Amino acid sequence: MSTATADRAPEPNAPASNEVMIELAGVNKWYGEFHVLRDINLSVHRGERIVICGPSGSGKSTLIRCINRLEEHQKGRIAVENIELTNDVKNIDQIRREVGMVFQQFNLFPHLTVLENCCLAPIWVRKMPRAEAEKVAMHYLERVRIPEQARKYPGQLSGGQQQRVAIARSLCMNPKIMLFDEPTSALDPEMIKEVLDVMIGLAHDGMTMLCVTHEMGFARTVADRIIFMDRGEIVEMAPPKEFFSNPRSERTKQFLSQILEH
Amino acid sequence: MSTADLPVSPVQQAPTVRIGALQWLRANLFNSWSNAILTVLGLGLIYLLVSRFVVWGVLDAVWSGPASACGEDKGACWAVLGEKGRFILFGRYQYDEQWRPLLFLILFIGLVGVSTFRRFWGRRLGIAWAVSLVVMCVLMWGGVLGLPYVSHENWGGLPLTVILAVSACLFGFPLGIVLALGRRSKLPAIRAVSVGYIELARGVPLITVLFMAAVMFPLFLPPGMNFDKLLRTQIGMILFAGAYIAEVVRGGLQALPKGQYEAADALGLSYWQKTRLIVLPQALRLVIPGLVNTFIGTFKDTSLVITIGLFDLLNAAKTALNDPVWRAYYVEVFLFVALIYFCFCFFMSKYSQSLEADLRKSARR
Repeated sequence: MSTATADRAPEPNAPASNEVMIELAGVNKWYGEFHVLRDINLSVHRGERIVICGPSGSGKSTLIRCINRLEEHQKGRIAVENIELTNDVKNIDQIRREVGMVFQQFNLFPHLTVLENCCLAPIWVRKMPRAEAEKVAMHYLERVRIPEQARKYPGQLSGGQQQRVAIARSLCMNPKIMLFDEPTSALDPEMIKEVLDVMIGLAHDGMTMLCVTHEMGFARTVADRIIFMDRGEIVEMAPPKEFFSNPRSERTKQFLSQILEH
Repeated sequence: MSTADLPVSPVQQAPTVRIGALQWLRANLFNSWSNAILTVLGLGLIYLLVSRFVVWGVLDAVWSGPASACGEDKGACWAVLGEKGRFILFGRYQYDEQWRPLLFLILFIGLVGVSTFRRFWGRRLGIAWAVSLVVMCVLMWGGVLGLPYVSHENWGGLPLTVILAVSACLFGFPLGIVLALGRRSKLPAIRAVSVGYIELARGVPLITVLFMAAVMFPLFLPPGMNFDKLLRTQIGMILFAGAYIAEVVRGGLQALPKGQYEAADALGLSYWQKTRLIVLPQALRLVIPGLVNTFIGTFKDTSLVITIGLFDLLNAAKTALNDPVWRAYYVEVFLFVALIYFCFCFFMSKYSQSLEADLRKSARR
């Protein structure tokens, strides 16, 4: 798709509902001495699309990994759909069922076929009958436009195809929230578009999304808010137009000038 | 301009290189003076050894007859195997009933043979194994269906070796997996117990374990209570093999990329689902060479039960040589026993290679 027209399209930036899906209040995290997250406050509403950017090591991946408890935070409160993330395994399981995640390295299961990758969680976590799970899986594989690869193993696919399978695998759990951790950073340039197209499609359907990415075109088109992080802090949080044309902080300006120059 | 408009160069075959036998010899064995000399010397040495063995083991050998037919001036005395072979293979199992352990071995080897084909893997094979296990027990013990009872104290030879090795591997394997998972557990108590157990079991020689099982353990039991020496030995070997298998499996668990664990977590799989569906299938595949190494080691380690007086294959062979008439022909006897050990170990090694290739084919990374 061409960004020129989509940029003006109204529906991706349509206002989200008022229902708060994710709530982070005063979240802090340390790796030993290293303070990775400092006083993070953030509310994400249903249907909202948030892009998080920032230099490497700024804590952006850690932030979204805290939301499904791949990382533990040490101070503050994280709640997803009003369920608070604590050490309670039941809460964690409940949240993980509703939150899908796509990784930089795809992390498909290499010993299972594409279809099995997609069916696994619905069958074992949602207790769906196999036939139904396969139907759901095929539906989402069609949606990411690779139903013909269903019987292949991940190792036989290209990077872009693998990432699209990873997205389909998450969608099979019918999540309410999707987290993307640099989904296009490990891809060859010509494959980035096919993955971004799928993500833009998801955004159009009203999925609540948090996306760590350096794809500023995508951010401009899709995001309701863009967050800029540096040294574990949220430095700037603004709608795309404001973020790109009128950033308030010096650090944001610097970052933008560095990545937009190319 | 789209890529479709670009001229496409015709598909070319890779050039084939033909290598004849003579060229191969020149390239590999006679490519320099020093190599040519080494090749000639090596061939000479091989000829010397092989020809001497053929003369001793085949041409001059005595194949049957009494011990008096063999002698210093003749070659190998294979007649000793005709006389002592059955004792070596079946130990002190009642002579007239030795068709039973023979049938046991045939049944076992046949089942293993069938099990090597992956297309037979499934419920039916499981049932076949379960039924055969019962049949094997009936064959070895008897006492029913008109078969005279044979106490397991009289079991011996190859069946005993197979029983010890298979039970050690079969039960040691799950034990090893549990220990390996325990060693990587987040719970300190479970981790400490696993580490302690593994280090303890690996820190003592198997002979010590066997001695403890056979001699010391009964001393700690209350008087009147006792369980069988064979069973104690088996448990000792299982516990010992489990510790080694645990470390092999742990290698596989650690080799698995962290992303696999994270992806399973993110999908909401529970710990056991994650372990069973994602982690173990991949980890075990990675460590097949190490596992088979341990299995082969365990198979050969069964020969250590000689120290506690069980009549396994090696001990039966040694006992057979107590006969003063045949004592001189120990080389033949030990060659025979070595050949049996080799066949089993070589089969395991070859099978693991083919299994690896097979699994690689079905799940290309």
